Amino acid sequence: MIEFIVTQWWLVAIVIASLIPLAMRFVSGGLLETLRTLDRRWIFLLLLWSVLIPIYFIGVTGRTFPEVPSVLARATFDEIDRLSPGDSVLMAFDYDPASEGELGPMATAFVRHAAEKKLKMYFMTLWPIGPQMIDSTIAKVITADFPELAYGRDYVNLGYKSGYEAVIKVIVTNLRELYTTDSRGTGVQEIPMMEGITNIQQMKLIVNVSAGYPGTKEWVQYAVTPFPQVRLVAGATGVQAPLLYPYVPRQLPGLLGAIKGAAEYEKLVVDAYLGANPHPKYLEALRRMGPQLVAHLLIIALIVVANVVFVIDSRGKKR
Amino acid sequence: MKRTVPLLITSAGGFVLIVAYFIPFTQNWGELAAIWFDILAAVAFILGGGNLLKTHLKRMSDRVRGWGYSGIVVVSFLVTLFVGLAKVGVNPSPQFTDFAWSGQYRQMGGAFWYLFQYAFTPLTATMFSLLAFYIASAAFRAFRAKNLEASLLLGTAFIILLGRTFAGVALTSWIDPAVWDGFAYFTGLRLENLTVYIMSVFNTAGNRAIMIGIALGIISTSLKILLGIDRFYLGKD
Repeated sequence: MIEFIVTQWWLVAIVIASLIPLAMRFVSGGLLETLRTLDRRWIFLLLLWSVLIPIYFIGVTGRTFPEVPSVLARATFDEIDRLSPGDSVLMAFDYDPASEGELGPMATAFVRHAAEKKLKMYFMTLWPIGPQMIDSTIAKVITADFPELAYGRDYVNLGYKSGYEAVIKVIVTNLRELYTTDSRGTGVQEIPMMEGITNIQQMKLIVNVSAGYPGTKEWVQYAVTPFPQVRLVAGATGVQAPLLYPYVPRQLPGLLGAIKGAAEYEKLVVDAYLGANPHPKYLEALRRMGPQLVAHLLIIALIVVANVVFVIDSRGKKR
Repeated sequence: MKRTVPLLITSAGGFVLIVAYFIPFTQNWGELAAIWFDILAAVAFILGGGNLLKTHLKRMSDRVRGWGYSGIVVVSFLVTLFVGLAKVGVNPSPQFTDFAWSGQYRQMGGAFWYLFQYAFTPLTATMFSLLAFYIASAAFRAFRAKNLEASLLLGTAFIILLGRTFAGVALTSWIDPAVWDGFAYFTGLRLENLTVYIMSVFNTAGNRAIMIGIALGIISTSLKILLGIDRFYLGKD
């Protein structure tokens, strides 16, 4: 850390220089009065630094914080890990670029894990922007690191279908009613790995990466609940994850919540399959835990400071 | 007639889906109704596009405050639509090389791909990222321990905020049976374990209660709609 500060002295200088006007206000206006009337742009600046500096630090040093996988992350990992080569997995990527920061690393880790296990991957999405998220994950993991996997034999992209949960409702009993072609326009009857696949109950596991509606909740309601033999694990945003806990563990045996869940799962995949020096793209969630740590600490500090001012003001009024 | 037909369609569609759920013999009926819904949902995109154009063109013609933004919306919408439909910059699919438009609209290197990659993605990611700044500002301005309930909420927020990062592990790693055997009874107090406990017990219990309440409300409202008692969705006319 000290070495970083010494070598990146210019960054420290910029941060200090940017905060000098705030320090001067504290000196001239008094601590309490300045805090009472603190312009929110100072908070924005503090948050900017608290995110930017850890990103830069991790980028320069390559260091990440150690993660201890939770029970749910391990359960998610085990659900995929117990499958045998050739088993079918439905990869439902229901998210968009707005949530890529949280969910992109999960999608990458899921596909890497499935590719390592030699599972047959069927990609689909219920979000109009989902096809691009599928394309980028396939390009990042399969095309780049598993060139031996063939489209149509080892993985297929069924693309987007409009209709929200109604799509799930149909494909859970009759996939071919809605999906007559893949996203490239090839007839499903011409795709080798679609042979014998008539509904998604035949999938050994459904992996859903979800940013909202339609997402994991709909997969639970319309696929798992009526057909309890369907297994589902999910990765969800931090906002959505608390709403999904009621389905754990019977309807949802595995759940990754936000970037923390992604980091835990990523660690399990890296430890099991990628060795000591994995490509940085497989450490994205672990790297993003740094900015999250400092930003959380800043928010806690802001709340504490605001409450100290509040208590002092309250006592002053009582007197 | 204008109200009766939609009422009948709603009622028939709803009851078919309910029956199809409980009687396996009628499963195909449910599939059929769901497919109709999927088709309607696809058509809704056209209606949505038309509505967007209508709203923003009106704002522009009326010169209401901020009409320039409406102009940007209309131009962006039309350019994206054209680029996507005309498949500008897209190569033909290797399977159908004779057909110029056989490539995918979102093919890498195509104009739509550039718009998505370098305009849509950074814009939406930026909008979402702004939330963090507003959360920090709101936490400073509004999160006050004014009473017991607010204090409990504040304490829980601190535990979760710390427990979701390495800070939680670092701060309470000393609660370790390796340090003292007696700590074996207190490992649940480690912040990362407390976080899991709060999420899986308090959060789950609260959410289940809310979900059951919502489900009962949905059943009641749905029955009213299916039986034609509640007709708010048909509008006033």
